[in-house]
Amino acid sequence: AVALCPVWTLLARRGGTLRELCGSLRGLAAGPETHFGFQTVTEAERREKIYQVFESVAKKYDVMNDSMTLGIHRIWKDIFVRKMNPSPGTLLLDVAGGTGDIAFRFLNYVHSVRERQLQRKLRQQQNLSWQEISETYQEDKLKSLGDSRVVVCDINKEMLKVGKQKAQHLGYSEGLSWVLGDAEELPFDDAKFDVYTIAFGIRNVTRIDLALREAYRVLKPGGRFLCLEFSHINNPLFSRLYDLYSFQVIPVLGEIIAGDWKSYQYLVESIRRFPPQDELKAMIEDVGFFKVDYQNLNGGIVAIHSGFKL
Amino acid sequence: GKACLSRTGPKARDGRSGEEEEEVKVSYQLYPGHIPTSPLQKALLAAGSAAMALYDPYRHDMVAVLGETTGCLALPSLRDKMKHHPEGYRILQERPLIRLSTLDMARLQGLPPGSLGREYVRFLEDNKVSPDTRMLPKFVDDEELAYVIQRYREVHDLMHTLLGMPTNMLGEIVVKWFEAVQTGLPMCVLGAAFGPVRLSTRKLQVLATQLVPWAIQSGLNASCILNVYYEQRWEQPVESLREEIGILPPP
Repeated sequence: AVALCPVWTLLARRGGTLRELCGSLRGLAAGPETHFGFQTVTEAERREKIYQVFESVAKKYDVMNDSMTLGIHRIWKDIFVRKMNPSPGTLLLDVAGGTGDIAFRFLNYVHSVRERQLQRKLRQQQNLSWQEISETYQEDKLKSLGDSRVVVCDINKEMLKVGKQKAQHLGYSEGLSWVLGDAEELPFDDAKFDVYTIAFGIRNVTRIDLALREAYRVLKPGGRFLCLEFSHINNPLFSRLYDLYSFQVIPVLGEIIAGDWKSYQYLVESIRRFPPQDELKAMIEDVGFFKVDYQNLNGGIVAIHSGFKL
Repeated sequence: GKACLSRTGPKARDGRSGEEEEEVKVSYQLYPGHIPTSPLQKALLAAGSAAMALYDPYRHDMVAVLGETTGCLALPSLRDKMKHHPEGYRILQERPLIRLSTLDMARLQGLPPGSLGREYVRFLEDNKVSPDTRMLPKFVDDEELAYVIQRYREVHDLMHTLLGMPTNMLGEIVVKWFEAVQTGLPMCVLGAAFGPVRLSTRKLQVLATQLVPWAIQSGLNASCILNVYYEQRWEQPVESLREEIGILPPP
């Protein structure tokens, strides 16, 4: 026999508190209530569901990103790293960095900055003895990245696995490490990193405030917090078109390319659940960051939030 | 019943953070696994799944999706055929499922060779397939029609047995031709028409000269294959069942 089961779901615009509508069987749910896309779930359930989403999409993650954003996500990530403007010697923690997109861009960036530094140095030192020149080359060969390092931390084993495979395939080995960890409880000591980034990851964290607090903790004084995430569009017409594309096209792409409708339905719903730009800015300030600001890209489809620990 | 989707049209209120606007999106799940879709989504799914199935023939899930999204005319007509036939009507009422859990494999194996049950089990073993790998319907917006398409999928292996076709590319195409004539499902028609694209010329020749004409003739001659309560006919010899349905002897 086939049962008829109505599923009532709730959409709360602009974040804020959740109110449960009747029809949910979770009246006696244990633990605080939160959201998974448009559903109401307990925190424990949400963590489990999100883990499963990323376990399921890991192998097709990059292909899906390219299809959904028509490749534009690459430009967003390029702008993000350019904004970071890391200098050689920077120690970066990339949280929820799974498949390594930010980490690889960081390494490319510091490598090219380092190249330019070395070229400038060589041009200035034209009248050296052969001895001195060979010494310079030896020293610089060891520091083609200039001591820069990136630690990629992700809660999901599958995503890390894909990231490591990509690194091997693309030839990244130096200055890169992979750590399994939870953004809400990072396995690192205080004040260890120069920069903390989280790109398209903070939306999937269940307690954003805890993740922000951890970010503050592990950053050195003077360190920078950077967050790249889908955000809210103010323009009503643009917002309508974006909604249409998100809800009509993206789950279909998920079904066709990855054989997984539900994960991509979750994706577009979770974007709408996420706090808008100003609210996120306030949350970052609450944790103790200074000079917090945000930059909208593509009219608010994504936003880069930045803050400093002083 | 039919699924109804209220449109999610959140109205933006400018410049008021902290104010809540609640809108309820009611989506009725008509059966476990049902994903309600808008007409636009169905159109996109149909086009996308067709393209993907051609690009990667091993994506059986895409063939399934194509069947569901394009079957809106063929499925009701199949259901009506079943309703107007005593055996088909009983199938619709009782909703039998062909699963490893519902089949008594030991008993079927013990049946005399030449009987439907014995040949079916032999087919499963020879081709190393299992009845449990069928995809459940997701995009059909009517739970009775969802059962009809599920029944069609589960009966597919029995079609192989009755037609005597293996599960290689050639065998699948022949079965598709038969099913296309029988059911009128656009997915079968497309599969039958585009499947041969990947075959060698020698196989194409055999297909065109012998197998397809036989499949079409059998399809036209036979009564509706969904109107046979296979689970109650395991002991019946395959030959006799073929005659009863109207499938011509294979070449």
